[in-house]
Amino acid sequence: MEGAENAFKVRLSIRTALGDKAYAWDTNEEYLFKAMVAFSMRKVANREKTEISHVLLCNVTQRVSFWFVVTDPSEKHTLPAVEVQEAIRMNRNRINNAFFLNDQTLEFLKIPSTLIPPTDPPVPIWIIIFGVIFCIVIVAIILLILSGIRQRRRKDKGPSEVDDTEDKCENTITIENGIPCDPLDTKGGHVNDAFMTEDERLTPL
Amino acid sequence: MGRGLREPDHSKELRTRHTGPTSSQRDRGAALYLAISGAFPAAVARRGGARRHPFTSLAPPTGAPLTRLAIKKRASGSDAGHPRPSRTGRGAWRPRSKAAERGARAGASSAAMEKARPLWDNPLQFVFACISYAVGLGNVWRFPYLCQMYGGGSFLVPYLIMLIVEGMPLLYLELAVGQRMRQGSIGAWRTISPYLSGVGVASVVVSFFLSMYYNVINAWGFWYLFHSFQDPLPWSVCPLNGNRTGYDEECEAASSTQYFWYRKTLNISPSIQENGVVQWEPALCLILAWLLVYLCILRGTESTGKVVYFTASLPYCVLFIYLIRGLTLHGATNGLAYMFTPKMEQLANPKAWINAATQIFFSLGLGFGSLIAFASYNEPSNNCQKHAIIVSLINSSTSIFASIVTFSIYGFKATFNYETCLNKVILLLTNSFDLEDGFVTASNLEQVKGYLASAYPSKYSEVFLQMKNCSLESELSTAVQGTGLAFIVYSEAIKNMEVSQLWSVLYFFMLLMLGMGSMLGNTAAILTPLTDSKVISSRLPKEAISGLLCLVSCAIGMVFTMESGNYWFDIFNDYAATLSLLLIVLVETLAVCYLYGLRRFESDLKAMTGRTLNWYWKIMWAGVSPLLIISLFVFYLSDYILSEALQYQAWDASQGQLVTKNYPPHALAVIGLLVASSIMCIPLVALGMFIMRRLRRADTASVA
Repeated sequence: MEGAENAFKVRLSIRTALGDKAYAWDTNEEYLFKAMVAFSMRKVANREKTEISHVLLCNVTQRVSFWFVVTDPSEKHTLPAVEVQEAIRMNRNRINNAFFLNDQTLEFLKIPSTLIPPTDPPVPIWIIIFGVIFCIVIVAIILLILSGIRQRRRKDKGPSEVDDTEDKCENTITIENGIPCDPLDTKGGHVNDAFMTEDERLTPL
Repeated sequence: MGRGLREPDHSKELRTRHTGPTSSQRDRGAALYLAISGAFPAAVARRGGARRHPFTSLAPPTGAPLTRLAIKKRASGSDAGHPRPSRTGRGAWRPRSKAAERGARAGASSAAMEKARPLWDNPLQFVFACISYAVGLGNVWRFPYLCQMYGGGSFLVPYLIMLIVEGMPLLYLELAVGQRMRQGSIGAWRTISPYLSGVGVASVVVSFFLSMYYNVINAWGFWYLFHSFQDPLPWSVCPLNGNRTGYDEECEAASSTQYFWYRKTLNISPSIQENGVVQWEPALCLILAWLLVYLCILRGTESTGKVVYFTASLPYCVLFIYLIRGLTLHGATNGLAYMFTPKMEQLANPKAWINAATQIFFSLGLGFGSLIAFASYNEPSNNCQKHAIIVSLINSSTSIFASIVTFSIYGFKATFNYETCLNKVILLLTNSFDLEDGFVTASNLEQVKGYLASAYPSKYSEVFLQMKNCSLESELSTAVQGTGLAFIVYSEAIKNMEVSQLWSVLYFFMLLMLGMGSMLGNTAAILTPLTDSKVISSRLPKEAISGLLCLVSCAIGMVFTMESGNYWFDIFNDYAATLSLLLIVLVETLAVCYLYGLRRFESDLKAMTGRTLNWYWKIMWAGVSPLLIISLFVFYLSDYILSEALQYQAWDASQGQLVTKNYPPHALAVIGLLVASSIMCIPLVALGMFIMRRLRRADTASVA
């Protein structure tokens, strides 16, 4: 049967998939496999009468791999490959689950599996995050610009007021940010407190 | 207050540690004092606070620059009511009554500068700004590559030598110039010599080119960051082809991470001639990147000073987390062992030394004018020697630290790929010979191969052709640098980790912080000269100037979001800054040492900071560093001239790999323009100044 026209090779990698929980491949598992193939064929139109005995396995190796073919008892020939392929593709998920395997560990050579496309959300996620950060940055910029304008307006008003009061003063006053430093001035020189020794600090006024 | 009266000790106001000056020294001192302290008359007026020196912190709490002082002066010795014209440097200094003296000085300074120069809140902000600028993407993606190429652990020897001989002296020089001149690069060099303002202009031009293309990296960082919030990561799976039976061919030929980078992010065209259209997704990310930069530089040093706390420190947190994660990955030790085993014979390779010097030079960001700009916002008494040493040491240790992380990730990735390759070989053998599943493992692979070769020789020779030779060494030795490392290799390693979304977010966030920090420095280099110039800053407020700069750079940067954008990016990356910077720094060093005078500069520094200049710096500035830069410059020039044709790597979608192509003539023209436009500034401006002076002299001669 190997290499026959309507035969398919199957390859299982149980130990790769399950590791320690791997089960041994024996005739009971083969029976289950035949049952699954028969089940898949029964779902196809015109083939509802497929029985487990119509599925033939051969060349089971240690790998585990084998060939199978589905026969049609009434007409004494094997079912066309296209039908079998169609049937297996439709029920691939069920067959995989029966053996705790997936598309990579239970391979039907010559039957390509339909790949699951990655789910595409309606709005790409990155645009949402982008929009959030974009709005935050714009709001922050506007706030900073507005506060800068307000400060500048306050500052422009400040010196003009100070100028009037200044004209009245005779003493030299230094103004910093609208606050006269006069009370801070000493009569004489400026002294850096850091260079005061303890004695001088205690000198009474 | 009424403390003990002191003789008005003006030397104390100049410098607490200033020993009694002679009259000529006083003149110079006063000139220096007026020149540099014109910015903050209030500091002069204010009494000394808790600090040790009179120049207490000046950043006003609200962040507005100090208001212009409205000073009413006494009649004696001063003008009534209006500010005195600028007296920087000229005019004898004579002792006057305290108040008038103060008033006159304040008046002079308020005429000299309309507003007080903004300052850093504290020296820590300055250090953080320098670190954040110097520690950039180059530390992460260039140094590990160099380390790998030039002998692993033994590359550290030339690297550290160059740091001490070249990096620290040049960094100290730039910081000292900025702190002394208290202006951006154009003003600083004009002060040194009017013919040299071209150096400043060249720095600004180079900074402008850099900021144009550097922010595109931040845009890509944003793109990857936003895409990291998906499960599974978009670069870990290939998209399906049309009829859903297999994966997209380009993705099959390359890998999923390469596909995501070249197709989804860049949508790259096969060659630089095919320009394509502007891709709206990277364009949006670029706009966001520029908006973020604008937000950070909007208010000048006030806002920059706060931002650099984050951009300097957060990358270290992430690097530390990654270090722990990296070291615990399976196979990390392979990478680390490979990197750190020194290959001593590389020390004899001159390329190793040249690359070490180049890396130190460009990693510190010398010559762009950013360091001058940052230092110009310092108080004059700031100890910039200490800061220069600290910043350069931190920069180099960050490089080494980042390369430890990178190599543990490399090791993980190489081991993962090696094991995947082995598994493929095992699967091939198992399937071909129908062996029992799980019989062949990595450990007995060789024995099994031997057995099969002897038992089934014909079949084995067929299968042998399909088997790939798996080698851990070859995986480790694939050295990658640049955007390839950051966006392909790292993302490939990340997708194989558990909880890959978290690691991905952390990693790209760190890249963004590093990139933003460097961008702040670049824009500061351009903005500081612009805001210093009276012409511009009197017409436009600071916010508008920064806004215009961001807008123009963003608009030009759209070129890099086209389909061929990555090729133009590579052109800018390789040629915009390399030769020009070497020349700029060379001219800077020679100017300070020989034109301005090393002794004069030394005494300026001493007057400013109170410390004498160590002989080591003098030797380096005057002799060793210029020689080094000249040799680097000659090497690169000869390299460019000797190479027959300049080539670039183009992505071939059908093969799924990079191919080498020659640059077309218009690209070569752009390269030439890039290099020439910055270098030519120096002689052209000097020539222009010379002609202007001649004309002015002719005018005055004709008038007289």
